[in-house]
Amino acid sequence: MNLLELTIKELHSGLKKKDFSSTELTKAYLSDIKKNDKNIGAYLKVSEELALSQAKIADEKISSQENITYLTGIPCAIKDNILVEGQNCTAASKILENYVAPYDATVIKKLKENGAVILGKVNLDEFAMGGSGENSAFGVTKNPHDKTRVAGGSSSGAAAAVASKEACYALGSDTGGSIRLPASFCGVVGLKPTYGAVSRSGLIAFGSSLDQIGPIAKTVDDAKIIFKVISGKDKLDSTSKNYEFSDLDINIKDIKIGIPKEYFVKGIDPEVEKIIKETIKKVESYGAEIKEISLPNTEFALACYYIIAPAEASSNLARFDGIKYGLSENQKDLLDVYLKSRGRGFGSEVKRRIMLGTYSLSSGYYDAYYKKAEEVRNLIRQDFENVFKEVDLIFCPVSPFPAYKIGEKLDDPLLMYLVDIYTVSVNLAGLPGLSLPVGKIGSQGKEGGLPVGLQIIGNHFQENKILSVASFIEKMLQ
Amino acid sequence: MISKEEVKHIAKLARLELGTSSSRASTDKEIDKMQKNLSAVLDYFDLLKKADISKKKPSFTRATEEQARKDEVTSLNHDMAEKIIKLLPDKKDDYIKVKTIL
Repeated sequence: MNLLELTIKELHSGLKKKDFSSTELTKAYLSDIKKNDKNIGAYLKVSEELALSQAKIADEKISSQENITYLTGIPCAIKDNILVEGQNCTAASKILENYVAPYDATVIKKLKENGAVILGKVNLDEFAMGGSGENSAFGVTKNPHDKTRVAGGSSSGAAAAVASKEACYALGSDTGGSIRLPASFCGVVGLKPTYGAVSRSGLIAFGSSLDQIGPIAKTVDDAKIIFKVISGKDKLDSTSKNYEFSDLDINIKDIKIGIPKEYFVKGIDPEVEKIIKETIKKVESYGAEIKEISLPNTEFALACYYIIAPAEASSNLARFDGIKYGLSENQKDLLDVYLKSRGRGFGSEVKRRIMLGTYSLSSGYYDAYYKKAEEVRNLIRQDFENVFKEVDLIFCPVSPFPAYKIGEKLDDPLLMYLVDIYTVSVNLAGLPGLSLPVGKIGSQGKEGGLPVGLQIIGNHFQENKILSVASFIEKMLQ
Repeated sequence: MISKEEVKHIAKLARLELGTSSSRASTDKEIDKMQKNLSAVLDYFDLLKKADISKKKPSFTRATEEQARKDEVTSLNHDMAEKIIKLLPDKKDDYIKVKTIL
């Protein structure tokens, strides 16, 4: 039995039956990371000492049978923009290279209460800005399915770690697709929860009206287990909501699925389109009602997002000033400390977004850009409100194409931003969305090929509906 | 197309040094690149002019509605303060040290 192949549920049952201990399991993961991660580059830092001490505590809990949950003793990886007390938290930026987190993010507190084992911190696009993972200041994470290709971003290390079996699950964050996109490229399950479902306290802020933390896992069931643990109201995040997840076992025959016509237009890879459409057809053959729908303001979503997210980022990243923490360039006067610390600490994509955000918030341009984008955001929200009066869920691709070659889009920001075309609307509307692997391009049998993810979008706080249907499709495709 | 002067102005507002001040060439290069990149993205934003917002009253994302909390004193552990102070790049005792501005 290869422990690294097992899901949370399977490991939980093995731990309870004493087939193996959490320490054995943790050591298996640690030695696999040591052996294989040099080829993938998922981890920025492995926290071996922390992991082994948590495994030991978990083993004690398991033998005394107190407070055991599904996550007790199960090793995970954490995106390096989420604070774990006493561990480095870099956001993959030079400006935070030596920053040590003074406290735990709320999601980490919750994982620890459940006896989780934290293997380490994983790579991302700097400050979660990017769709490929190439914007990390500390190297590109490679796609485990083809090491010449990107893992997708910004939660590049989180998705690659789970896909390459260097962690049983991971936590990522999603501002415009940063969980769903790498999950799709790496062939794992990624859930971006409803805005407000999971506390953002301890997540390094990028776009505060868009950011959400969520799970990346091997199976839908595993993603559900993690989501149930991390969700809920937190007094440290005023936008978090009292949210009790209620399990749902849906009959697929009772489900109406909307297919937005605006998502199947020029620009989509025909192979991606084929896989998504075949999956939809198969779901229909099991009795689900499939209906073409329209989200008429879809074409504006990307422009809207790339005004709002950088605007919020330019404000959020003002805190990196060389004074309070992080990289500090010693200069004669205060202005130079700011200019040099930020000029040298931030990478080019982060600078570009701070510039964009500063521009659209600056005097004379505010009305034409930021205000306009907020108005269009309302239209996009309205589109979804209308559609969810008629359907339960929306099915569409996560990305118009599979994982692309490293370096392919790096020199053209606009081309890079187009990767997010199917994912940003969900964040603008605050909706939950899940990426489910439904096929591979160019595979011979089960081996090889590039994964394709189906995006399942639900109405606010209907993660249960999404997860139930995703679980059905997962079984259907087996 | 956004001008080089505008790029410099925005960089100043954003407190970002472009290039390195020691090398004029690297500064010019970064400003050029920023000008080109920003212009392409800002041109793309023109798409929003087509959006019909006439039917909808402008309303902003209500991030703070119903979420105000009571102004109350809560206790934090002293360890946390120490950890945060430890992260200060420059300090005197437990205070942040900054350059004189006057």
